[in-house]
Amino acid sequence: MASSDALLPISAREEDPLLSDGSRSDPNAETHGRRRPVKGLLAVTFGLFFIAFYVALIATHDGSRSNDVKFESDGTATTASRARLAGVSEKSNDQLWKLSGDRNTVAFSWNNSMLSWQRTGFHFQPGQNWMNDPNGPLFYKGWYHFFYQYNPNAAVWGDIVWGHAVSKDLIHWVHLPLAMVADQWYDANGVWTGSATFLEDGSIVMLYTGSTDKSVQVQNLAYPEDLNDPLLLKWVKFSGNPVLVPPPGILPKDFRDPTTAWKTSAGKWRITIGSKINRTGISLVYDTTDFKTYEKLDTLLHKVPNTGMWECVDFYPVSKTLVKGLDTSVNGPDVKHIVKASMDDTRIDHYAIGTYFDSNGTWIPDDPTIDVGISTSLRYDYGKFYASKTFYDQNKGRRILWGWIGESDSESADVQKGWSSLQGIPRTVVLDTKTGKNLVQWPVDEVKSLRLSSKKFDMEVGPGSFVNIDVGSAAQLDIEAEFEIKKESLDKILGDASAAAEAEEFSCQKSGGSTVRGALGPFGFSVLAHESLSEQTPVYFYVAKGKDSKLKTFFCTDSSRSSFANDVVKPVYGSSVPVLEGEKLTMRILVDHSIVEAFGQGGRTCTTSRVYPTKAIYGAAKLFLFNNAIDATITASFNVWQMNSAFIHPYSEEAVRALSRT
Amino acid sequence: MVVVMMIMMVMAMVSEANMIEQTCKETPDFNLCVSLLDSDPRGSSADTSGLALILVDKIKGLATKTLKEINSLYKKRPELKQALDECSRRYNTILKADVPEAIEAISKGVPKFGEDGVIDAGVEAAVCEGEFKGKSPLTSLTKSMQKVSNVARAIVRMLL
Repeated sequence: MASSDALLPISAREEDPLLSDGSRSDPNAETHGRRRPVKGLLAVTFGLFFIAFYVALIATHDGSRSNDVKFESDGTATTASRARLAGVSEKSNDQLWKLSGDRNTVAFSWNNSMLSWQRTGFHFQPGQNWMNDPNGPLFYKGWYHFFYQYNPNAAVWGDIVWGHAVSKDLIHWVHLPLAMVADQWYDANGVWTGSATFLEDGSIVMLYTGSTDKSVQVQNLAYPEDLNDPLLLKWVKFSGNPVLVPPPGILPKDFRDPTTAWKTSAGKWRITIGSKINRTGISLVYDTTDFKTYEKLDTLLHKVPNTGMWECVDFYPVSKTLVKGLDTSVNGPDVKHIVKASMDDTRIDHYAIGTYFDSNGTWIPDDPTIDVGISTSLRYDYGKFYASKTFYDQNKGRRILWGWIGESDSESADVQKGWSSLQGIPRTVVLDTKTGKNLVQWPVDEVKSLRLSSKKFDMEVGPGSFVNIDVGSAAQLDIEAEFEIKKESLDKILGDASAAAEAEEFSCQKSGGSTVRGALGPFGFSVLAHESLSEQTPVYFYVAKGKDSKLKTFFCTDSSRSSFANDVVKPVYGSSVPVLEGEKLTMRILVDHSIVEAFGQGGRTCTTSRVYPTKAIYGAAKLFLFNNAIDATITASFNVWQMNSAFIHPYSEEAVRALSRT
Repeated sequence: MVVVMMIMMVMAMVSEANMIEQTCKETPDFNLCVSLLDSDPRGSSADTSGLALILVDKIKGLATKTLKEINSLYKKRPELKQALDECSRRYNTILKADVPEAIEAISKGVPKFGEDGVIDAGVEAAVCEGEFKGKSPLTSLTKSMQKVSNVARAIVRMLL
């Protein structure tokens, strides 16, 4: 590397390696080349003098490199930082590249028929363009409000403002005008994620992150212009914004997503904001009485090393004994607290159950081995699900969870179809009072109002069978099913000492998907399936024997054969699911065009997938029941409902006026 | 006085040259990374964010160049029209969606959307390449895009 080039003007530097036709990347470089001869000689002299200096520095630096980089033959580095790539965005250029040179690869194009089918019937999405994080969900004067990160200009992230919609039932939505746009210096570069808090007098404050005109992340206060307007159409930003700026020790781009506030025993409001210090994910704590001035606590709510930036932190109480939601300020002996964070590094939402200490605003997990953000810690969802946020629904006494479901296709397809991203169906969240160790989520009851015709089935399915379930149209379905492995099959496996234990090795992600047959699985449904099964998305249980001869159950969604398209991500998702003594295996599946939401064991394990079939669409989408186990016979008892569309209304002035009168 | 300035300049250049080296070591293609960053006037004084933006600029330049090539192929190889149409769509996505998204995200400190953009650039290039079923006239360009995308992604990940 050492050469006089380091000191020569720019024009003498190497050519741009990408422009192999010899053109230069910097058309202005020529002008720098002219120098007076005397100065040039002086420069060269000093240059030679300092080459030695430079070489010496490089030589000593060589010995102090802490990262040993080994390059494999295809050029992939294997440092620890490269390892962070594993398990992130599953899109792999390398795999796609290997396929692209294959003469047998089918050249594929999206057409409008395939793309327009992908829009969902009953999931929240704007009419067009990009959406991401849920913001400030709340219930007020008879309406559920939903705000969201929105790009009004494109089907990719950017130019972010707050979208707004209202609903009476969390399912049938009406789009409203944008709630907040980037019109102040303190949010000129983005009106980002935030949360709502109800004050004692019933009024609402909204705290949200603004990206300032200098791209510093700050927290701002906003409130409804007119509390008599149940639609909360207009929002006012506090004239004294920002109310919080990055504190000392926190970088200006590591400070975002303030939570809903809760009351402390001292009578103050308290919020938490995720951040990081080096690679340690942290959650900062602030107290306030008026949401305008804050005192930062010296303590953190919590921190976990090596988890990276914590986005969209959420903090809330859950009842240890009752299956109901709790207001964010509730505390007491019958309560545990959940800390949840979205891990920027891995795009995974993690949570942990623990104990909150109000006196100093700290929290410790019940089980530090699965602390928030550790790869093995609990997740709301084992598929595509991020930036989630809960709110307390005082209307029905529930805590409700919203989650952003991004696309798993190419941006080209998003641009072509004109939109990107969905919200998951809102879910109630409670502590699993039976296990005490995990949350349980379930689609809100109101989704049942979409159920149209239903069909009930009871059948026995032998090993290696696929059964077409005739339900007519199969792109919008609600399926509830109960499975049992026949006792003889179970006894045979458990009694067979030579049958290999596989539970410890098995994972949905790594064990090859639903075509890999085991003794006691996989079995379940294949949705969005072509009658030829050339495209299909199996959702299934896989029961495996452990080394202790106990059975472990896994609940997976295999999207690897969901589509012929070569530019979509098709992982196998899922996780183990706790099954208690005496419980049958149950699953619920919501199918809605390009989204499949699967709930195992009453919502102990949930998995959301995005799928983009090219053939199994419209009338060609079918439903199958399958049992791909080697020996075991299963019994299945299930209901399948056709689901109506929610007919989400685009914004129109007349609609809003009509709504205002109701 | 001049000597002091020269010393400081060398010290600065040494540490900046090391910055590029250190950064490129963590990418899948050290040599490509270094040559891309070294050849850019902004490379010598950029922080990680700045280096990432340089790579995004390279993606932009390469996409522009590839689109020019695609356009010239319509006349020379009219039998390839369908594949060229798809490639045109894919590369326009890189220019109009991926690049602006990445620039905004990296500059504003939400690098994960920048990662999405640079990864997608590689995906679009690979899909375009696949349209020709092994007989692509664009291989060296699409291959470059895939490589640059991988390097860019590695640098963007350092911002997370």
